[in-house]
Amino acid sequence: MYNVDKIREDFPILKRKVHGRQLVYLDNAASTQKPIQVIDAWTNYYKEHNSNVHRGVHALSQEASLMHEEAHVKVGKFVGAKNPMEETVFVRNATEAANIVAYGWGMHELKAGDEVLSTVMEHHANIVPWQFLKDRGVKINFVDIDSEGNLNIEDMKEKLTKKTRLVTCVHASNVLGTINDAKEIGKIAHDNGSLFMLDGSQSVPHMQVDVKKLGCDFMIFSGHKMLAPMGTGALYAKKEILQKMHPFLGGGDMIHEVTLEKSTWNDLPWKFEAGTPDVGGSVAFSAAIDYLNKLGMDNVRKHEKEITKYAIDKLSGIGGMNIFGPKNEEKRSGLVAFNVGELHPHDVAGILDSAYSVAIRSGQHCAHPLSARLGQTSTNRASFYVYNTKQEIDILIEGILKVKEILGK
Amino acid sequence: MAYDIYQENILDHYENPRNFGHILNCTAKAHDTNPLCGDMFDFEVAVSEGRIQDVRFNGKGCAISTASASMLTEKIKNMTVEEAMKIEREDITEMLGVELSHVRIKCAMLPLKVMKLALIECKK
Repeated sequence: MYNVDKIREDFPILKRKVHGRQLVYLDNAASTQKPIQVIDAWTNYYKEHNSNVHRGVHALSQEASLMHEEAHVKVGKFVGAKNPMEETVFVRNATEAANIVAYGWGMHELKAGDEVLSTVMEHHANIVPWQFLKDRGVKINFVDIDSEGNLNIEDMKEKLTKKTRLVTCVHASNVLGTINDAKEIGKIAHDNGSLFMLDGSQSVPHMQVDVKKLGCDFMIFSGHKMLAPMGTGALYAKKEILQKMHPFLGGGDMIHEVTLEKSTWNDLPWKFEAGTPDVGGSVAFSAAIDYLNKLGMDNVRKHEKEITKYAIDKLSGIGGMNIFGPKNEEKRSGLVAFNVGELHPHDVAGILDSAYSVAIRSGQHCAHPLSARLGQTSTNRASFYVYNTKQEIDILIEGILKVKEILGK
Repeated sequence: MAYDIYQENILDHYENPRNFGHILNCTAKAHDTNPLCGDMFDFEVAVSEGRIQDVRFNGKGCAISTASASMLTEKIKNMTVEEAMKIEREDITEMLGVELSHVRIKCAMLPLKVMKLALIECKK
């Protein structure tokens, strides 16, 4: 039985008052709040086990190394990796993961004339690292969307060429909420002889994602969007790809042998984790996975679908609302972007915050090309997670009605 | 309730922005954006003998940035370029007459930045 009230008890910050009112936190697509179990795991690590990993033979170093390694296994298993430890590289965030692929794979494997196929609905993390490859003569193409905000698969097939070495797309859009058919896109990529990369930043926290079933060669995601601390995230990549891939950062822990002339690389995944890692973050990331596993990802998805449907129904009832993305909640993740007539999102979000203590995102959501494609200067976005309730949506709605009253449009 | 920043004068300037539009033969113009929210403003100035004879703005922004732009045009008309270049953040908050948060102050400051860019163009 999914008990939201009980879940909320685990999140100290949700008890906080902001501007004298109970906080309503609806900015989960940017970063989620952390349960006490995750906070405790982090502090417990520093209270009891703190030491550098993979270096000492003393007890604390061995404990820390084991905890760090176990965290990799847990995260890898969570996304269905065949070799959970070797195929899970810990990073600071999904952006860093994308850069490892662009630098470690793209800069070495791609040559002038090769192509990368991305989409117009990407977060900057899945656009900008590929633009770095343009200096090498690599061409970047972008698949368009249809009027409802679904990826145009026909356009993808047309833009795919024999030169396309990588197809990369977001699993769930951070603006439109659209859930892309990753399995189909992966198959299209592989049938063309291209590799397939998935940005799971907005899907891994919200639903069951299995890299084997989806056919991912690479998948990037952030820990802080799924209850873990900021500064945590992971790159999944197939073992055989990581083995051949060039390391991104060089230095401590990522080497096997070093002479003044050359170096050889450490085993996976350490080859891609240069320098002292964020072990406290790893341990807390692991605790976040435990928390989500206990809830059950199918239950998480079911809860978010209910909240999203409720929010879309209520928002649609307000005059002059412009709601973006697919209308069917089966085809979208737990977020909804909208505009209140012509009102500027900063005014909307500003009043929601100051008068109703409702935290939503306003702006371009690190997806400027998508804003341009939608013809919007910016949008509001309410995004939901395991602890949000229908009562909170009601407060959002009450706030929007007040915004319309104050700004009189 | 706490939506004090949406004072009557701010809403008035937002709904009826002053000096909104273009100058036929402007001396200089400038454009800038706030990448956080996508706000964008253009300022056009007509300067003769070091004095701002006319100023117009256009673009898209929130209530705070639009009101700030509108009030700023009224403030600087007939000022010398030197005087206008001395306008600072404190002058903008005083002009708006409201306390702005760390984030919203950026909204209020964009028009001043664009205006100064235009005035720098004049000097070239």
